[in-house]
Amino acid sequence: MHNFDFVKPASLDEAVKALSAEGAQALSGGQTLMPTMKQRLAAPDVLVSLTGIAALKGVSGRAGASVTVGAATPHAVVAAEARAFYPALAALAGGIGDPAVRNRGTIGGSLANNDPAACYPAAVLASGATITTSRRDIAADDYFQGLFSTALEEGEIITGVTFPIPQKAAYVKFNQPASRFALTGVFVAKYADGVRVAVTGASNNGVFRWSDAEAALSADFSAGALAGLTVDDSEMIADLHGSAAYRANLVKVLTGRAVAAA
Amino acid sequence: MTKVSMTVNGKAVSAEAEGRTLLSAYLREGLGLTGTHVGCDTSQCGACVVHVDGKAVKSCTVFAMDVAGASVTTIEGMANPDGSLGVIQQAFQDHHGLQCGFCTPGMVMSSAALLAANPHPTEAEVRHGLEGNICRCTGYHNIVKAVLAASGQTVAAE
Repeated sequence: MHNFDFVKPASLDEAVKALSAEGAQALSGGQTLMPTMKQRLAAPDVLVSLTGIAALKGVSGRAGASVTVGAATPHAVVAAEARAFYPALAALAGGIGDPAVRNRGTIGGSLANNDPAACYPAAVLASGATITTSRRDIAADDYFQGLFSTALEEGEIITGVTFPIPQKAAYVKFNQPASRFALTGVFVAKYADGVRVAVTGASNNGVFRWSDAEAALSADFSAGALAGLTVDDSEMIADLHGSAAYRANLVKVLTGRAVAAA
Repeated sequence: MTKVSMTVNGKAVSAEAEGRTLLSAYLREGLGLTGTHVGCDTSQCGACVVHVDGKAVKSCTVFAMDVAGASVTTIEGMANPDGSLGVIQQAFQDHHGLQCGFCTPGMVMSSAALLAANPHPTEAEVRHGLEGNICRCTGYHNIVKAVLAASGQTVAAE
């Protein structure tokens, strides 16, 4: 990969300042960015590591209300420490990649990158979570803007994510067996005011809400409630791992499994 | 180039590194610790797994500068002080847990992290815990046996 200047600030203010440099790029766990740089698909002039900022790490919450995850918290820590507050979120974090990846990769990095097959965007969107940055709070419904696109502005750093805790929830993913990304993954969350269903891995437009299923499940929270629904496959990803129709079918099957598991 | 210092296998070390120097390259080329293998260099195969502050990581996907000051353990730090094989290493030998041996350093380091977190894993937990380590000789059964044996559990004979 091309060389760069490496800086590791100890505070958010210093990180914001460092990121204002020409060609600067934030680095969290690096589990996606580093392979991207090795392929020279990214070549920042300055890499600003966020993992030395204590304020960006940790899990805190109030049982039954909400849980907040610091942006630079590795998946393994979320898997262990969010379990008491939000078991479905902890289970999702514990199923990302493999153990070594989970010790480095972070929620902030995953959300900033917004890979169309990443797991975290499904949890964030299905939970109607709030993404807090160095500048503002962003609702999940406003944050995800398509493939690798988000509401983040130049130099804006995610500091944490706050999840309202649902009554019931589950995430079920169908692994792409080599990469362990979601070939399709569905997160279902049932709140007092209705059900939210978010799908990752399936659409050319990135993570999305399946509104027909949300309406059906809000009226009747059972896998059977999905029986009459169909999933439009016109926007689905088609590649050597699965056709668009295959992924559309997975969306429905996995939503049913998630409801049954919730 | 900048001098980057850390603790490796209990010893304070330092070596020159650029921003882009991977921890795997720092260990192998900077310190001459070539026990850490680089298989795929794309964070899929797990041959390069080392421990950073007690956590298993893929050293090909960590910048050396990002772990300056950390405590790193590599395969060279897994033998007993007298030079004899550590418990996990011995179990790999006893149960034929390696064929060509290329993936073995990463397998041993991942196994050590797994057993530290879960001293008596089930077979399924071992397989799940080693999900990020690929053996292209496909010798998985004996690797799993070796890890179970290293945890003190009785494993069926051949």
